[in-house]
Amino acid sequence: MALSNVLETPAAGFNFDNAARNAALEGLFDGGQTPKPLKTGTTIAGVVFKDGVVLGADTRATSSEVVADKMCAKIHYIAPNIYCCGAGTAADTEKTTDLLSSNLTIFSLNSGRNPRVVMAVNILQDMLYRYHGQIGANLILGGVDCTGNHLYTVGPYGSVNKVPYLSMGSGDLAALGILEDGFKHDLELEKAKELVCAAIHAGIMSDLGSGNNIDICVITREGVDYIRPYQESEYKDNRKMKYKYRPGTTAVLTEKVVPLKLEVVQETVQQMDTA
Amino acid sequence: MEKHCTNSQVKGVSTGTTILAATFDGGVVIGSDSRASMGGEYVSSKTINKVIQVHDQIFCCMAGSLADAQAVTKAAKFHLSFHSVQMESPPLVISAASVLKELCYKNKDELQAGFITAGWDRKKGPQVYVVALGGMLMSQPVTIGGSGSTYIYGYVDAKYKPNMSRDECLQFATNALALAMGRDNVSGGVAHLVVITETGVEHVVVPGNKLPKFHDE
Repeated sequence: MALSNVLETPAAGFNFDNAARNAALEGLFDGGQTPKPLKTGTTIAGVVFKDGVVLGADTRATSSEVVADKMCAKIHYIAPNIYCCGAGTAADTEKTTDLLSSNLTIFSLNSGRNPRVVMAVNILQDMLYRYHGQIGANLILGGVDCTGNHLYTVGPYGSVNKVPYLSMGSGDLAALGILEDGFKHDLELEKAKELVCAAIHAGIMSDLGSGNNIDICVITREGVDYIRPYQESEYKDNRKMKYKYRPGTTAVLTEKVVPLKLEVVQETVQQMDTA
Repeated sequence: MEKHCTNSQVKGVSTGTTILAATFDGGVVIGSDSRASMGGEYVSSKTINKVIQVHDQIFCCMAGSLADAQAVTKAAKFHLSFHSVQMESPPLVISAASVLKELCYKNKDELQAGFITAGWDRKKGPQVYVVALGGMLMSQPVTIGGSGSTYIYGYVDAKYKPNMSRDECLQFATNALALAMGRDNVSGGVAHLVVITETGVEHVVVPGNKLPKFHDE
């Protein structure tokens, strides 16, 4: 089939040789703590409104208890009309969405057609199901295509659900409360943005793994408005990144000069050959 | 998502469900609830669709792991479509059930999914088949499945009659689903029902608040 490069398993993509090695290494830890991968510990949300889809995400990436990245981008580009929020293991969401985006671009170029959201969802479902939950990616896919405005969720085991509003990540329960309360069908753009922002804010306030700023991505027929950041956290630090001090910052109280007396003990001369 | 997954036998999202199918005079009713849960304690979706159309007049209901069930029905849809193109005629309900059975039996170690297939074909009319977890295929006039089915065996055994009318059968199915959803914590939401007859397919959705109420509700 002409489009089989999209449907076939890419040979280079994911390689699970390390899975056996990791299992062996885990045995060495003897039941103790294995190193934890970087997780996004996230709140992401999406809402379908009258003219399109609004996606929102916080910007904190954590590595156990430390915030590894304060301005992490969790809304990934898939196609000009499709964006994807990712929760779970940061590397997995990055790479999965990258692979999906490349596949869809090739498909677009090959067929001359714009990709549909449902196609992106199917490719993701096939890929994640093949890996049986080993790829820790919880994704919210939103986009606008010729068939309408769509919002889907794809779980790490490959389950798919089509929904009008949704939140995922460690802060999902807090965000879902706001969404359940405020969601109506056919919202206006501003109301939809406020709703998603409020949902992410609830996640940031109630979940330790979510925080910092809020990113919003609005997708409509006319185009995409990726607002990063939409709302900045009120807890900003004003650290100056420079640590150079001008001469005179520290006051000089006294000065004492002691000359060092040196004697020449031995002198050797070696000619350098500059020919 | 880890905090939602406690010691559940099904990894990831489970359909934790009530599904049923029953034949009546001239057709078959197939239905399910609409709840998807994780770890037996978190409802991850209130409106999941578990009644999947695998061909024009053949539907199947899924139970077990949502990911496994969706993957199997996708593969089954493809196989059936290809089969019907090759045979140049609509597939038989037993073919659909057999396709599901092959997939479930050949991969029984990796999969955790069970199905009820129901439909109408020209050879045998309305039929119901059940494909259990390990890949067993059986034909029955009425069948129930999923975790919620344990609560309605008595009701189904007592109330099902062969050759009911369409409306009687629809009421029977709605009542059965309502009773199961009332007692099973991982079944709930709306009742999705599909009526398949020779003339075509009709979807009936009963929202949670319009389900029949019983003595203690």
